[in-house]
Amino acid sequence: MYRLPIGKYVEIGVDWLTDNLSTFFDIIKSAFLFVIDGFEFIYVGIPFIIMLAIICTIAWWTAGKKTALFTLVGALVIKSIELWELTMKTFALVTTATVIALVIGIPLGIWMSRSNRLNKGMRPILDFMQTMPAFVYLIPAVYFFDLGPVPGAVATVIFAMPPIVRLTSLGIRQVPRDVIEASRAFGCTPKQMLFKVQIPLAKPTILAGLNQTIMLSLSMVVISSMIGSGGLGDIVLKGITQMKIGVGFEGGLAVVILAMILDRITQSIGKPKSKRKVA
Amino acid sequence: MIKVEVKNLYKIFGPAPQKILSHIKKGTVSKKEILKKTDHGIGVNNASFQVEEGEIFVVMGLSGSGKSTLIRCLNRLIEPTAGEVYIDNEDIVKYDVDKLREIRRKKISMVFQNFALLPHRTIEENVAFGLEVQGLKLEERINKAVEALVLVGLKGYEKSMPSELSGGMQQRVGLARALATNPDILLMDEAFSALDPLIKKEMQDELLSLQVKMHKTIIFITHDLDEALKIGDKIAIMKDGVIVQIGSPEEILKKPADDYVREFVQGVNRTKVVTAGSIMKNTDTIVFSKDGSRVAVRKMKEASISSVFVVDKQRRLKGIVTIENATKLIKENKEDLNEIIDTDVEVVSPDTLIEDLIPLFINSKYPIVVADEERKILGIIFKVSVLAGIMGEEEYDV
Repeated sequence: MYRLPIGKYVEIGVDWLTDNLSTFFDIIKSAFLFVIDGFEFIYVGIPFIIMLAIICTIAWWTAGKKTALFTLVGALVIKSIELWELTMKTFALVTTATVIALVIGIPLGIWMSRSNRLNKGMRPILDFMQTMPAFVYLIPAVYFFDLGPVPGAVATVIFAMPPIVRLTSLGIRQVPRDVIEASRAFGCTPKQMLFKVQIPLAKPTILAGLNQTIMLSLSMVVISSMIGSGGLGDIVLKGITQMKIGVGFEGGLAVVILAMILDRITQSIGKPKSKRKVA
Repeated sequence: MIKVEVKNLYKIFGPAPQKILSHIKKGTVSKKEILKKTDHGIGVNNASFQVEEGEIFVVMGLSGSGKSTLIRCLNRLIEPTAGEVYIDNEDIVKYDVDKLREIRRKKISMVFQNFALLPHRTIEENVAFGLEVQGLKLEERINKAVEALVLVGLKGYEKSMPSELSGGMQQRVGLARALATNPDILLMDEAFSALDPLIKKEMQDELLSLQVKMHKTIIFITHDLDEALKIGDKIAIMKDGVIVQIGSPEEILKKPADDYVREFVQGVNRTKVVTAGSIMKNTDTIVFSKDGSRVAVRKMKEASISSVFVVDKQRRLKGIVTIENATKLIKENKEDLNEIIDTDVEVVSPDTLIEDLIPLFINSKYPIVVADEERKILGIIFKVSVLAGIMGEEEYDV
């Protein structure tokens, strides 16, 4: 049977892109690096005690006492197994990838909610981005951006963006028709409609998308340590390659703790802290 | 003054409405045929009507009759396929986006069946929404919102959330939101249909009493005939996108334009609609107070009745005399009727509803007099005419 030369064409395509668009990739690389370094500088630079206080306070505000307590204990565990700095590096990568995914994903989601054609066209692309085994992104990313944190972050953005795009679009589409009609009847401009009605009403769904995007970023950031992105992934990778179960487990534990803290906090954003009493 | 005028309005849903429009204009194609043969639906079919300023104009029809489509054409939430919609003599169908937005912000507002409040905003923020969209400053719009809330009786709920309020209260918020921009025209799309019967009645009364103060031009959509008859100054009945009849509540009840309307009005509680004026009988048999007892007795005998109403020179009602008392007077050789006039007669105005006549009859042995403000007799009502009025078999003295 005839073998479709898909892989070959992809290689040719990637080669062409590296040859012809190298300046473009360089610009992206510097931009990513700037953001990653910036976050890393802040997270690692802030002394542990102060950082701990900040995170615990945020956890208390958004998710309450229990999460704050968990955050405190979790952070102390990470500190005591001497993984705090690496955790902060991973966190910087996650933050970068998430911020970039949001900056691209939310407007794209809004656009998709308004155009059925775009919505149809984007769906297979989003499926592709999300289901393609994450490792596969690493190869072209290295081609374009060399080794280091940038290709990892780029691959992470691609892998983690679909939920925020999908759920932004879904959230806006789910705004009740009569509310939309009412705001039209009162003379809203499209912009007023978006910011005063659609986004506020879609907020819970959009935040669910944010939560998923952060979780996916975290898992991908760990994987991208294979191309030298650094952070906790390095420890896990060391555990695997050197068959050091203890080291691997400690690295994995730190990832889990970071994931749980981020998950609990982002899940409680946007939820009312206490239900109002009926007047 | 005519506030809203709709001329030959059509709305056809589907991929090629203009093509279907020419078919409809030409021939007698029914809604079903169009639906069956093409992918099109007719929302509104050649609707024309006028609404006077300060009038409550009710559009009534079953679901699918096109009434909601019609009302949405009036502020172009739905674009009409053809026809004109004049508001203050300007055809808004020709308006561009900016002018349309302006008129939606300032002149027309709308109340929705399911309230359509913004769940993430407090009551006062919801009410201020229209003003916020206009670009008013926070303080100013909150002040106006609070005023509107007072108007609908929701003072004290400014900071509540919509989900904390009952359906009736939520619709008061909807009404306050529509009133806050001080529009000339209110479009109310099945505004009370989602409410419990008791709350619904309360809201209808509230709307009527607000209307006394506000004099808005209101276009009200409903599928409930009782509601239409209660609040409408004029009613348009719609079927399959066509307005089959326009008239006052009494006209609709008394002269249904076709079988469809007749069937509709059959179940109506007529006591709430039919008025004294429409069931009263003309009466020629009255006596003047100067006439004297003999004239009175003769007139009663001629008309074979046992009592007769007495009026003064200006035909103003003085009371009633019975044949027994008048004969007694003759036996005593007295003439002056004033001695025996019974003033205990129920007098009503012609627009009194049958509903309100019934209790009067319970306590009165005489027919009820229908009179104008100066107590001049316009007609009289017998018990039997009330029953006939309820049954819908009244004869009219036209």
